[in-house]
Amino acid sequence: MAGRNLLLVGTRKGLFLLDGDEARGRWHVRGPLCDGWPIHDAIVDPGSGAVFAAGGSNWYGPAVWRSDDLGETWSHSSEGLTYGDDGPKVTTVWNVTAGLDGLYAGVEEAGLFKSTDGGATWRHVEGLTSHPTRPEWQPGNGGLCLHSIVPHPTDPRRLWVGISSVGAFETADGGLTWETRNKGVRAEYMPERYPEFGQCVHKIVMAADGGQRLYQQNHCGVYRSLDGGRQWQEITGELPSDFGFPMTAHPRDPLTAWTIPLNGADRGRTMPDGRAAVWRTHDGGDSWIRSGEGLPQEHAHLTVLREAMATDRRDPVGVYFGTSTGQLYGSVDEGRSWSLVVDNLPGIWSVKTAALD
Amino acid sequence: MAEVHLPRSLVALFPGVPRRLEAGGSTVAEVIADLDAQVPGIRNRIVDAGPVIRPHINVFVAGQRASLETPVEPGAVVHVIPAVSGGRR
Repeated sequence: MAGRNLLLVGTRKGLFLLDGDEARGRWHVRGPLCDGWPIHDAIVDPGSGAVFAAGGSNWYGPAVWRSDDLGETWSHSSEGLTYGDDGPKVTTVWNVTAGLDGLYAGVEEAGLFKSTDGGATWRHVEGLTSHPTRPEWQPGNGGLCLHSIVPHPTDPRRLWVGISSVGAFETADGGLTWETRNKGVRAEYMPERYPEFGQCVHKIVMAADGGQRLYQQNHCGVYRSLDGGRQWQEITGELPSDFGFPMTAHPRDPLTAWTIPLNGADRGRTMPDGRAAVWRTHDGGDSWIRSGEGLPQEHAHLTVLREAMATDRRDPVGVYFGTSTGQLYGSVDEGRSWSLVVDNLPGIWSVKTAALD
Repeated sequence: MAEVHLPRSLVALFPGVPRRLEAGGSTVAEVIADLDAQVPGIRNRIVDAGPVIRPHINVFVAGQRASLETPVEPGAVVHVIPAVSGGRR
C-alpha cells in the first residue's frame, strides 16, 4: 500500500473531500465545496484526474461540477443537460460515472446523458427514454431518478443503468437500444410479482469478473446475476431484511460484496433493532457475515442511502459508508471492524474513493 | 441597456463576475440572453426548460415581478433574486 487516499462525500449541503494518510487512519476534512449545493454523487475521473460532482440547486437547477485541482477551484455546466423546452424538466443529477469513452450522468426526471468533452457539454442518450416502456414509468419515493450507471469494464458499447421503481436496463450498442434486465427480481407492490419492469432497484454494482457478474440491492431483496443481468437470483438469504439501499463489490474478488440491510420499507428504513451493522459475503451471496464491531450497538437508528457506501482499491480493501444523519464510518480490514471517520456532516448522500498515488 | 443586479449565490458560481452588470434587450428573455453572452452558462441557472424563469428565482423589472416576456425599457433596473421558497432544511 502506498500513496494518499481521498474520500469524496456528497451531502445535502455541499461536497466534502477527505484527504487520508497512507494508513487511512487520519483524515483531513475540506468543505463544504460546490457552494453548498446538494451533491448526490462525486468521483475522480481516472482518465483526467478531475473531480466531478453531480447535484442540483433548488434555486439554480442541475449541474455537474468539475475541479482540476482536487477541489481548490471549480467550474460547472449543465449545457445540454435538458430534454428540450417541450420535455420534462431535469431537476437534479443523481449520478456521474466515468465510462470507457466518456462521462455519463444520470438525472431526475429519469434519463441518461453523456459528455465527451470532460463535462463541458452533455448529450441526451435518447435510446433509453425512447424505450417502449417509458410511458408507464412511475416515480418512487425518491422520485423518478436514474441512479446506477454501470459501464462494462472493456466494451464501451455495453452499459447497465438502474432507475428507481422502473428497474434495470442494458444497452449493447452504445445506448441506441436498451433491454429490460429484471428477470427474477420481485416487485411485491405490483399486482404481478415478477413483471418485465417496475422493479424498485436501489443499487446495481459490477463484480470484478470481467463484465458478467452483477449485484443488486433492491426494494425487495438482494440479488446476483451471472450473465449480465439477463437472469437474477435472489441472495437475501439470512440477511435480517430484504430492504436496503447501498451495495458495493470488492475491486478484485468477484465473490465478495457488502450491503447494509435496513429494517424495511414501511418500518422506518433504519438499521434493524438500532444496532449498526454492515453485512458481507465472500461466496457471491450464498452466505452472509454480520459485522458491527466498532459501530454503535444501541440506539443507532441509522439510514444509509444508495450511493453512500464505497470501497477503495488498497490491500486490504477499505470500505466506507455515510449516514443520512452525517456520520462517516470506515474499515481498513475489508469490513470486519469499523471506526468513525467524521461526525456531524450534513446528511450524506454519496461516498466514493480515489487513490492519489 | 438595462442595469442588472445579481445575487451573491449566483455570481459565486462564476468566479470574477460582478454583482452588477449592463445587458441589452427589449425583454427579460433578451436581457438574459445578453447576460449569457457575457457570462456563458448563466442563463441555465436562471431559466428552466419551457422556457420559464426557474420556480425559485424571481426577476423584477423596475421593482415589478417579471416573466421572460416582460418588456425592459432602456436604463431599467433588473433584479434577479433567489426566492425564500428555494431554501433547504
